[in-house]
Amino acid sequence: MRFQLTEDQRALRDGVRGLLVRRFDRDALWAAVAEPGLDRALWRELGAAGFFALRVPEAEGGVGLGLPEAVLAFEEAGRALLPGPLLATHLAAGTVAGAATGETVVAAVDGGLVEWLAEADVVRGDAAGAVPLRSVDPLTPLHRAPGAAGVADPVAVLLTAAEQLGTATRACELAVQHARTREQFGQPIGGFQAVKHLCAELLARVEVARAAVYAAAVTGDRADIAAARLLSDEAAVRGARDCLQVHGGMGFTWESEVHLLLKRAWVRAQRGGGVTQSEELLAADLVA
Amino acid sequence: MDLSYTAEEADFRARLREWLRKTLPSLPPKPSPDDWPARRAYDLGWQRTLYDAGYADVHWDASPTMRLIFLEETEKAGAPYVGANFVGLLHAGPTIAAEGTDGQRARWLPPILRGDEVWCQGFSEPDAGSDLAALRTRAWRDGDDYVVNGSKIWTSHAEVADWCELLVRTDPDAPKHRGITWLALPMDAPGITVRPLRTLAGSAEFAEVFLDEVRVPVANRVGDENDGWRVTMVTLSFERGTAFVGEVVACRRVLRELAAEARKNGRWDDPALRRWLGRLNAEFRALWRLTQWNVSAAETGGGVPGVAGSVFKLRYSHARQELYDAAADVLGPEALDLDRPWVPDRLSSLSYTIAAGTSQIQRNIVAERILGLPKGR
Ligand SMILES: Cc1cc2nc3c(=O)[nH]c(=O)nc-3n(C[C@H](O)[C@H](O)[C@H](O)COP(=O)(O)OP(=O)(O)OC[C@H]3O[C@@H](n4cnc5c(N)ncnc54)[C@H](O)[C@@H]3O)c2cc1C
Repeated sequence: MRFQLTEDQRALRDGVRGLLVRRFDRDALWAAVAEPGLDRALWRELGAAGFFALRVPEAEGGVGLGLPEAVLAFEEAGRALLPGPLLATHLAAGTVAGAATGETVVAAVDGGLVEWLAEADVVRGDAAGAVPLRSVDPLTPLHRAPGAAGVADPVAVLLTAAEQLGTATRACELAVQHARTREQFGQPIGGFQAVKHLCAELLARVEVARAAVYAAAVTGDRADIAAARLLSDEAAVRGARDCLQVHGGMGFTWESEVHLLLKRAWVRAQRGGGVTQSEELLAADLVA
Repeated sequence: MDLSYTAEEADFRARLREWLRKTLPSLPPKPSPDDWPARRAYDLGWQRTLYDAGYADVHWDASPTMRLIFLEETEKAGAPYVGANFVGLLHAGPTIAAEGTDGQRARWLPPILRGDEVWCQGFSEPDAGSDLAALRTRAWRDGDDYVVNGSKIWTSHAEVADWCELLVRTDPDAPKHRGITWLALPMDAPGITVRPLRTLAGSAEFAEVFLDEVRVPVANRVGDENDGWRVTMVTLSFERGTAFVGEVVACRRVLRELAAEARKNGRWDDPALRRWLGRLNAEFRALWRLTQWNVSAAETGGGVPGVAGSVFKLRYSHARQELYDAAADVLGPEALDLDRPWVPDRLSSLSYTIAAGTSQIQRNIVAERILGLPKGR
């Protein structure tokens, strides 16, 4: 048993992180907020880097890697708050022409919602009669689609969990950074236990979620995936909330990045049948 | 990332399983929780059985992965846990192995492994709990002996222990972390009084230990004089590292039993309860994976599990308490009946956020040592 990242996996993670630091830094994030819309050039660059074709077999022109590698890439995307229908396009690679290279942008209907419908070249699922809603997340345009939610695709649930993990990690980093530098009562606020303990809980949630997400990527087991989902949803949503609290009034402003973390985490928590479906699946597993 | 086991590890697991299958049926019945001499004999007897089969030193010499397999399989098979051997196998023993002289290792380690001697841990004092380094039990040098005066509290297994790993103050003028010494105290030395304390669960799991002019040979000192704090830190990181592996396996079993009970008594029809048990399933699965992650890290990094154990302990102790709260929810009015399964466990779970460093102290450790936030006092 070697439940740690391999050299190659570390290199892949660092590679994706490097690409996103170069191509989607803080300025780009705020530019995307100011000017919503998909950056097609970036999309093709992601395609060229193999983000979408990561799990497509080499014989079919893909990168030929597995779920653990995909999880690492999606975690980095979540950490950078990279916008766009990443999941739908990744899942369509190898099936929908042009998805693998990023030429074709793919959206998908999931549980009554469609992310990025207006920007998509191809839509999977029945989006007939979909109406736009005023999305809570400035970085995720949403449509409401009629029709009932089906049973979630476990791979979609897992990759969403990986994105949540990345966002939770970012929330922890931002909270700790602020706690170290912001001073009140003549000392960094991170010296106050109430703040310190919020940060400790942030990290604990991230580490537990990380173990669950990585293990689920290795086993591919449905119950493991549902567990990964619950823990990473919690790590991201609660983590962003606590991060907001640590930032004080600054955390309530539009200019602070914190609300972007929280809103994206809320959007992702709706995917894959929501939390309820995962909880029921894990309950059923206990009596299986 | 690889969760599969090597051929050697798989073989170890298979042989252990087979041995457990053959051995467990011939064990004597479990003694009553109130009968300490019987509990001591039972726990030592189990250790002796392990020793005879070549499994005694698995906590020390085996690789972290082998240790994980051992704890997982013994728990799954329903084998006894370390019990009264806890301090010997998981605190004092590893400390002596790491810091003792050859002579000390030869004197103390074999009886721990053979199941001949029980150890207890005399660290906490009435005025030194979370702030352990504030301990005041005093030791003076007198020839080849230390003379010890003071008192310890919350000492688990003190009534049946042969030895106590004792922290004493040898230099009251030094900064508090620098004047502490680690001694092996023979529990039959003149001047020791043990007064059992009753826990909220009704049993006497721990005791007060009064030390009045107790002579301890200088030869019983492990590490240098006044270097006991460093020696102690070796022990505490063991305690928070792999000590809970078997328990996580056990909690996962209890969770399934709870679900089965809920199906039987109708509580399962309540979606709120079902979803709660589902979330606990997620939590314990993740804690198991975190254990595997930490064990793999120890395997590659080598040596003692470090502060990552604090993250684990923080989450695990809360999860365990929640598990038994959920059990109470399944039981309904029966949750008030001490003769029902899980009710005594619910009581004992209350100690988990206190013993071996409270949750608040674990959060301080995580924030200060992992996240690098400013140190408090
Ligand atoms: C079942 C059980 C078995 C035990 N067995 C042993 C044993 O065998 N040997 C042994 O030596 N000890 C043993 N202990 C003692 C245990 O280690 C202590 O109880 C524990 O370290 C807490 O110390 P305390 O009880 O003095 O509480 P205190 O330190 O007085 O703490 C009281 C409260 O104050 C909080 N607090 C204290 N300091 C801080 C701080 N800096 N920041 C934030 N909050 C703080 C604590 O979190 C807690 O909530 C055992 C305890 C239990 C419950």
